[in-house]
Amino acid sequence: MTVRQDTLTEAPLLEVSDLGMTFPAPRGGLRRSAGIKAVDGVSFGVAAGETLGLVGESGCGKSTTGRMLVRLLDPTAGRVDFEGKDITRIGQREMRPLRSRMQIIFQDPFASLNPRQTVQQIISAPLRAQGTDAAVIRREVRDLVGLVGLSPEHLERYPHQFSGGQAQRIGIARALATRPALVVADEPVSALDVSIQAQIVGLMERLQRELGVAYVFIAHDLAVVKHISHRVAVMYLGRIVEIGDREEVYDRPAHPYTNALLSAVPLPDPVAERARERIVLLGDPPSPANPPAGCTFHPRCPKVQDICRSEPPLLRISGPGQRQVACHFPEN
Amino acid sequence: MTGFLIRRLFGIAVTLLVVCAVTFCIFYLLPSDPAVQFCGKDCPPDRVAQVRQQMGLNAPLIVQFGRYVLAIFAGRSMGTGNYVVQCHFPCFGYSFQSGRPVWDLMMDRLPTSASLAIGAAVIWLLLGLAAGVLSALRKNTWIDRTVMVGTIGMAALPVYFTAMILLYVVVAVLGLMPYPRYVAFTDDPVGWFQNLLLPWVTLALTFAAIYARMTRSSVIETLAEPYVRTARAKGLPERRVVGRHGLRPALTPIATMLGMDLGGLLAGALITESLFGLPGVGKLFADSLAKSDQPVVMGITLLASFFIIMSNLVVDLVYAWIDPRARVS
Amino acid sequence: MTLLEVNDLAVEFNTAEGTVQAVKGIDFAVERGRTLGIVGESGSGKSVTSLAVMGLHRGAKVTGSVRFDGTELIGAPDETVRKLRGRRMAMVFQDALTALHPYFTIGDQIAEAHREHHGSSRKESWARAVEVLGDVGIPEPARRAGEYPHQFSGGMRQRAMIALALSCEPDLIIADEPTTALDVTVQAQVLDLLMRLKEERGLGIIVITHDLGVIARVADEVLVMYGGSAVEQAPADTLFTSPRHPYTRGLLDSLPRLDAADGEPLHAIPGNPPSLLAPPAGCVFHPRCPVYAAADTGQRELCTAGRPKLRLVASEHRNACVHLGETA
Repeated sequence: MTVRQDTLTEAPLLEVSDLGMTFPAPRGGLRRSAGIKAVDGVSFGVAAGETLGLVGESGCGKSTTGRMLVRLLDPTAGRVDFEGKDITRIGQREMRPLRSRMQIIFQDPFASLNPRQTVQQIISAPLRAQGTDAAVIRREVRDLVGLVGLSPEHLERYPHQFSGGQAQRIGIARALATRPALVVADEPVSALDVSIQAQIVGLMERLQRELGVAYVFIAHDLAVVKHISHRVAVMYLGRIVEIGDREEVYDRPAHPYTNALLSAVPLPDPVAERARERIVLLGDPPSPANPPAGCTFHPRCPKVQDICRSEPPLLRISGPGQRQVACHFPEN
Repeated sequence: MTGFLIRRLFGIAVTLLVVCAVTFCIFYLLPSDPAVQFCGKDCPPDRVAQVRQQMGLNAPLIVQFGRYVLAIFAGRSMGTGNYVVQCHFPCFGYSFQSGRPVWDLMMDRLPTSASLAIGAAVIWLLLGLAAGVLSALRKNTWIDRTVMVGTIGMAALPVYFTAMILLYVVVAVLGLMPYPRYVAFTDDPVGWFQNLLLPWVTLALTFAAIYARMTRSSVIETLAEPYVRTARAKGLPERRVVGRHGLRPALTPIATMLGMDLGGLLAGALITESLFGLPGVGKLFADSLAKSDQPVVMGITLLASFFIIMSNLVVDLVYAWIDPRARVS
Repeated sequence: MTLLEVNDLAVEFNTAEGTVQAVKGIDFAVERGRTLGIVGESGSGKSVTSLAVMGLHRGAKVTGSVRFDGTELIGAPDETVRKLRGRRMAMVFQDALTALHPYFTIGDQIAEAHREHHGSSRKESWARAVEVLGDVGIPEPARRAGEYPHQFSGGMRQRAMIALALSCEPDLIIADEPTTALDVTVQAQVLDLLMRLKEERGLGIIVITHDLGVIARVADEVLVMYGGSAVEQAPADTLFTSPRHPYTRGLLDSLPRLDAADGEPLHAIPGNPPSLLAPPAGCVFHPRCPVYAAADTGQRELCTAGRPKLRLVASEHRNACVHLGETA
């Protein structure tokens, strides 16, 4: 794999190298396959205070990657360095102090909040786990609810008394309670209504400015990712096919998949929609259980050549900035 | 499919062997001495020792177990010296009480238990499905409420209570039929039917109540499925929407339950058989247990496990037949 | 004659917590060869509206008028509506995996509808199923017709769902979030298919979605719904270039866009969607409305006085806001 040269001089907050996750194949039938490579050879870095967007379609491995970053899943290959420390091979006891430095928020805000706990109990849980003094906790929790745009009278209520957007605010407040340096946000707005999505995205941006927290923002919605991210990684079938600064990836996509993906998103503007040239990909994304040989995108690629069917392309620097692309024939 | 069957059958064999081992250990650990049981209460010690020798009880546990399992498939010679009996395949040993082979005892009783179980199943299915489907289709009406109240009462009644009431009303007060006794189907089909009617109803009522409630909730759940709405959106008549698109998936879990219940009952409905004095496997089990007739108790335990495990397999096959998603490619 | 004309449609449900006014006072029309997009967030009543048009609202009280090709459907005998359903107006649902029956083959499910409405034989109806599967772009339709829904990929399943809707050559197709369960590259294929069918067969189409991008892509005419009411209706181009209702404007401003300039902020609509059990008095949007917030007491009374209905504010442009009517 290529070595990532970070644009920042200091060591990045998070450094992911050659990360892989192979799930055992489901049992059934007599045939046994080798396992499903959900994530394969993924490398990237995240600097303090920046947002890396991780986009891709269902089954591309973006959520699995997110879970490995905070060790909700143990990777089967590669390593994750957080604040200069390899966290993939340390025990639970060593992991515990780091847990307060890295948090995760999920898509379904209700499923991740205990329905029998008050907001006060939910938000204070990570602080209590750290053994923080009760008086400090009370003050901190009041600050946190204010920070995420809820009011102190919400503290004694239970999750079902809130709307989806408010519940996600509670989830964010809980994630921020320990002042983490990194928050992995796994589809944090995709279950919310459009008018509420903007509230949450705006909130996350404001919190980043005020607290300097870094995000790994995982989503399938390319427009949301474009809005919030500084850098973007596009995943397809377990691999990163393109990664770089937001402007580079969105304005001058180098990988044919990124290009097709962007052109498939309908714009909320009928005039622009009619004028647009569109690349319509054929077929569905293939199953990770049975990936195509060579470049995994080749069966759907409009630019496919012979080499694509046999040689898997490596991530290589292409174009200005530090943009990397895994394609034999990148666009320029 | 063949591969699936082979693996399943292998799994069944292993399970049965484990059941066999566990039961064997339990009986081995019991304080009562099989030799004493076999020989009788006032048996002199030297005779007991002789019996022990003959029954092979002096061998280590593992050897005894091996002999027991082997005998099921290959038969076995029992005893020593000139007192040798040949126990033929499938050999589960001899009853201490009657001295007859356990297998023969069980096979004598099986038709009775099967008659009881299958007849009762027909009744409870008809009653339970009809009441459950009706209740679901008339949800929150007085019909539904009546069925629900009735079934919860019925499910709560113990079998012996139902049996007593039925016997009292039908036989003693109304005199509609004589006290039931078992008549083999092959001897007199009409008599068989008449005499089993009360036991069937007794056994079926509790099950019918449970099945009605299961069916109701399953039908209500299925009719709310998007694919049922699609069937309506296609413009199919309501009868077809419910009958073809709704009921089939709704009844799949009921088929699973039926397989399990029937499997358990084939090896004897202990209480019902005892209450009506039916010479079924369950009655045999109760009698043998009371008299510590260990070979019989053990034989019936294995027979029951066999039926339950096999019905499990049948249920899986039926499931795959009904639901294409459950088919093994 | 107008293919579908809906007037003053209202739908009510009785729930354990009280009566829910899911939809109130909706008017719209669909012509042959045109696509009406109905856009709204969860609880806006857009799906309830489509089910009410199809007569699929179970246990709900529906009032108003739904005229399909001149026939009034509200209050009509069940048989009349049933014979139109699937035959002349068909529906495409959101998630084809749950909307198609898991126990029957794709071909069987399509053929069944054809047999019901055309009295065709098993053989004829199966041939028809294979034909429409081919029409919607399913490769090897003769073989795939014999497969079950779970053996299809997500995109193929949604095509099969569309084939099912097309099998009896309907005049109107209502597609309720037809691409929401699909990936964006597959969504593009399915939207293209719907547009092609509209052109080729002169179908009237209603596309119901929360996605303004999808609306912009397929709709000729757009109806915006909020909290069970219609708030704005206009030709698609007009609606996106000069929206008049504060909710429509707010929705468009809150949308992150691929074609936005970098650093352009999102303008979220404050607050939360209304409860349908106890909707705000008057205009349902007023608690979140910037116009209401900026208005003086006298103007505010207009917002809370009664639920405003759509009225014509420009050629083909109807708006329900009492303030931003003619002047915006």
